[in-house]
Amino acid sequence: MKQVSYSQAISEAIREEMEQNPNVVYIGECVEGRYGSRSFEMPISESGFTGMGIGAAIAGLRPIVEIMFSDFITVAMDPIVNQGAKIRYMFGGMTSVPIVIRAPFGGYVSMSAQHSQSLESMVSGVPGLKVVIPSNPYDAKGLMKSAIQDDNPVIFCDHKRLSGLIGQIPEEDYNVPIGKANIIRNGKDATIITYGFMVQKSLEAAEKLKQDNIDVEIVDLRTTLPLDHETILNSIGKTGKLITVAEACAPCSVASEVAAIVMEKGFHLLKSPLCRIHSKFSPIPFARNLEEQVLPQVGDIIKGVKNII
Amino acid sequence: MVPRDKALKVYQTMLAIRKFECRVEQLLINDRIYGPAHLYIGQEAVAAGVCANLRNDDFVASTHRGHGHLIAKGGDFKPMMAELFARSTGYCKGKGGSMHIANMTFGMLGANGIVGAGIPLATGAGFAAKVRKTDQVSVGFFGDGAANQGIFLESINIAATLNLPVIYVCENNGYNVNTKWSTIAKHPHIADRALGLGLPGKIVDGQDVTAVYDATSEAVDRARKGQGPTLLECKTYRFRGHCGVWGDPRDPEELANWQKRDPVSLFAKVIISEGLATEESLMDMEMMLEKELDIAVEFAEKSPFPDPKEATTGVYAETNRPFYIKDGKKSSEGTPEENLVSKYWEGSRS
Repeated sequence: MKQVSYSQAISEAIREEMEQNPNVVYIGECVEGRYGSRSFEMPISESGFTGMGIGAAIAGLRPIVEIMFSDFITVAMDPIVNQGAKIRYMFGGMTSVPIVIRAPFGGYVSMSAQHSQSLESMVSGVPGLKVVIPSNPYDAKGLMKSAIQDDNPVIFCDHKRLSGLIGQIPEEDYNVPIGKANIIRNGKDATIITYGFMVQKSLEAAEKLKQDNIDVEIVDLRTTLPLDHETILNSIGKTGKLITVAEACAPCSVASEVAAIVMEKGFHLLKSPLCRIHSKFSPIPFARNLEEQVLPQVGDIIKGVKNII
Repeated sequence: MVPRDKALKVYQTMLAIRKFECRVEQLLINDRIYGPAHLYIGQEAVAAGVCANLRNDDFVASTHRGHGHLIAKGGDFKPMMAELFARSTGYCKGKGGSMHIANMTFGMLGANGIVGAGIPLATGAGFAAKVRKTDQVSVGFFGDGAANQGIFLESINIAATLNLPVIYVCENNGYNVNTKWSTIAKHPHIADRALGLGLPGKIVDGQDVTAVYDATSEAVDRARKGQGPTLLECKTYRFRGHCGVWGDPRDPEELANWQKRDPVSLFAKVIISEGLATEESLMDMEMMLEKELDIAVEFAEKSPFPDPKEATTGVYAETNRPFYIKDGKKSSEGTPEENLVSKYWEGSRS
């Protein structure tokens, strides 16, 4: 095993895949030299270069397109949603679109409303896409490798606040499969289902809840499209209590979908009403004290868990 | 000049497009097919003149008005017609229809329902050719409407900066659906935008296939030599309304004036005067194409509709097919060319 940061883990995955596969290239803004001659510096034209990446993927490359802040993905929605996601299906399965769209996301960084969002639910309901969100260095490397090797468009959302997080990864080659959630903490009293930076917040909450003899299980979704129904339902079967924690706002969020899945397929497993912890329904403010109000905090998670225990 | 050995083929392509589209129009009138079909009638010289310069492995990204590009790039009537009839033997197995008709085996990256969206796809195919060091070129067809989408500027700027082997072909038919160009843009020429982006831009007579051929020939030559992209603006006119048989609110006099310069008739005169064909031989060609279309319609009508079970298949690629080099050896299944076309697709090309 070796110690690396979350962002080093991602870079290592990209470097290794580039060594293995001459068709892997990195496209984005301010990326010159990051991966030698395999990096392609782009103008500030997210729509143009994302579309270019999709054309290149059809024509034989495996591009990784970096959207500097995931907020800018809205500018590239046509290439992602109308082109990349649908090309295989519309053309009768004739081709595939092996592209990774890397979109660093999330708040808690004092970057206000247009550089802090969690927009994963905007893409997690689009047929043809896959969406992965690693919460630690091990998953970050393993999911990036799987994303590059996947023949479908994969949105890879790394959280800005996690970039410096240090963790252990194996020396040898490994993948983390897309579509498989991970039980990151075992517990018996309640299940927290979460992903991204909220895994860290949930772990902190779990440690504090332990002092009150509340033992929570934490499921890290790792992939928000497709969702791992089996792991979700197995955990609810074990604890009978569900708390979802997401950094996004509530309406139509991934956590709402998790809640719906549990209600539909695991209603009989629930021993109490479920609880969803989200950001408040608001743009993300600049002032640190306001940002704290809007984004979920450890205290919110503890309160949520205690409410349904 | 279209070389003598290619001229008859170029004419045949134009006539094939014309005949195909006229047949589609009839099928729409008679309610034998449904859905949108944007007819290419009047613009045939552009697709035929451009694609006559391309190889099978060159790329073309098309528009909502894509039948002409597909035929010119090598499309067959049968699977095209089957697609318009929503049958499982269509190019897209009935899942795309007219607006998404495509065929990767000869680099036709699809008609496109989003105006301007083919421009970055063509750019990307050119980028792939450059990175993979093939000498393929890529053509992005688009209309005058697309030239006012931001992605037009974004894509062409990238191609110019990276010197990509792309030929941007604007088919300026003068109308954004039913809105005249002068209503929505100040400057009349889209080719002039090339100046601001740092690539050659040229206005071409889009009714004259010779002019289109020559301009494209020069642009393809530049692209293959690594000298970068070109923007061609082909001034043309569609002889039908925007979509199918939905009607045409344009000035009939304006239409009549443009029809005096019918691209198919203009080139017929050229090849007859050059002694490459006679009026009779061109009539024979027309008869032959009509017969092929009869066969294609029959093929389509006799083909099965897609199996309802197919409704949700093909959303995702089922496997990874990495093109790996391990220990200096290729360990992929298939060549890069084969990798472009999914093994799951059983083509219906005859």
